[in-house]
Amino acid sequence: MGNEGGLEHMQEQFDVAVVGAGPAGSSCAAILAEKGVKTVVFERGEYPGAKNMSGGVLYGYDLGRIVPDFAERNCPIERSIVESQVWYLSADGGYAVSFRDRVFEETLKFNSFTVGRAKFDRWFAEQARSRGALVVPATVVTDLLRDGDGRVIGLRTDRPDGDVHARVVLLADGINSALAAKTGFRPEAKPEHVALAVKDVVELSEEAINERFHVEAGSGVTIEVMGAATKGMDGIGVIYTNKSSLSVAIGANLSDFMTHRVKPYEMLEEFKSHPRVAPLVKGGRPREYMAHWIAEAGYDAIPRLCGDGYLIAGDSGMLFNALHREGSNMAMTSGRFAAETIVEAMERGDFTRGGLDGYASRLQGSYVMADLRKYRGFNGFRFRHHELFTTLPEAAGYAARQMLTVDGTPKKLKQRAIRARVLRDIPLLRLLRLLWEGWRSVK
Amino acid sequence: MSVKIEDKLFLDRFRVAEEPHIRIVDGTVCGERCEEQPCLYFCPANVYRRELDRITVAWEGCVECGSCRIGCPHLNIEWRFPTGGYGVSHRFG
Repeated sequence: MGNEGGLEHMQEQFDVAVVGAGPAGSSCAAILAEKGVKTVVFERGEYPGAKNMSGGVLYGYDLGRIVPDFAERNCPIERSIVESQVWYLSADGGYAVSFRDRVFEETLKFNSFTVGRAKFDRWFAEQARSRGALVVPATVVTDLLRDGDGRVIGLRTDRPDGDVHARVVLLADGINSALAAKTGFRPEAKPEHVALAVKDVVELSEEAINERFHVEAGSGVTIEVMGAATKGMDGIGVIYTNKSSLSVAIGANLSDFMTHRVKPYEMLEEFKSHPRVAPLVKGGRPREYMAHWIAEAGYDAIPRLCGDGYLIAGDSGMLFNALHREGSNMAMTSGRFAAETIVEAMERGDFTRGGLDGYASRLQGSYVMADLRKYRGFNGFRFRHHELFTTLPEAAGYAARQMLTVDGTPKKLKQRAIRARVLRDIPLLRLLRLLWEGWRSVK
Repeated sequence: MSVKIEDKLFLDRFRVAEEPHIRIVDGTVCGERCEEQPCLYFCPANVYRRELDRITVAWEGCVECGSCRIGCPHLNIEWRFPTGGYGVSHRFG
């Protein structure tokens, strides 16, 4: 067991206590432990990763800054992503664009890759543990301890005698953070601030995946799907290739789920039977089913990320870029910044909000806040334009179907019919506003 | 769609705690004041089911997304993490 679960240590004073052994928490703990900082990580799951789920794409740039030799250390990589596809689907078909580049098979082999989070997070926490961090699984952090001035001085767990004192606490407890609401450090999420996603892991032979996705062993494809698959709700589906399974997931804004009376798992099954998806998953054997939130609120919902005696990293701080499905990288990099800031604060002996403020400036000076600022309008744009998920995919599908149907009708007449149909469903002004606002939200 | 949620949850590994981690705060709210009852639909594990005039909670199969905690229109669902080490455990994730 090593340091894992060494409860006799809990009465000690720690320099740093981390809530959550996901990418943010383990990044922070790995760096701190390497510098000899006495660090404890609490994880509510039976083991790190037990409660975690993502589409499954991780990024080598951010991971490499914490574990430079991750590939040699048996990091449980499923497949390197060499091709990315985006689909825009109607009920019966749809469009696809894809991009592949040799560079992602060679020099940028670890640019992005798929993982199963139960395996990866466990491996990652083990990296932190092997550097000297104490990792305590199967333990829920139920509250934070504060002194008379409101400064965070430790945390309370659900174990008997479960109070742990630390000079600083990192909240890396994910998007579904019970502590956030309890402490008020991050307001409880509102339904429109999260997407609810469900995912099937569908087992297929390695050879079948190589053939269906036209890749060599070890290489993989990501497919992002928008349009009618989310049944009129603001959402997205994905199909990612693992070594010998596919991650098939679909999700939508929770506030849409509340009004649309759609059952998430039925939507997932329907997605798997879509004419574009069915041939890819055919014959596959479902192995696991799970659900998780995605942080959808963007830049404007990010809480204050540090205060007296505490920092917030990763999903818990709403650091998620919905357009580029990047979140795990921001979790790792924010965890790394938190660690660097804590080391500085230790040198100065100052764990007040001012002493930890270097964390905020590190984030502001990095791609994390730059990207989140850039796309701050993207979530609101999608939410205001539900035609992206209702009439537009069907109209777009109709247009292509008409032009491709050879029935003796002159193309000019077909174009007229298409224009009439599109403008019937989406008035011209609305269409122009969609394009204009869409461009503005991502420019 | 003929998918059964039981078949999907059967694939998952659960370590069921002794105590429920979900509780409907006031059952009369569901029956008397909640017309939409969206929990019957959006819960990805179909934890909430209507039986006659009340809603039952099959918390043992909860996949712990947290949606009911914030998605109940009357915030009438008390949802906390299961005791450490209990609840769903992903094998692949």
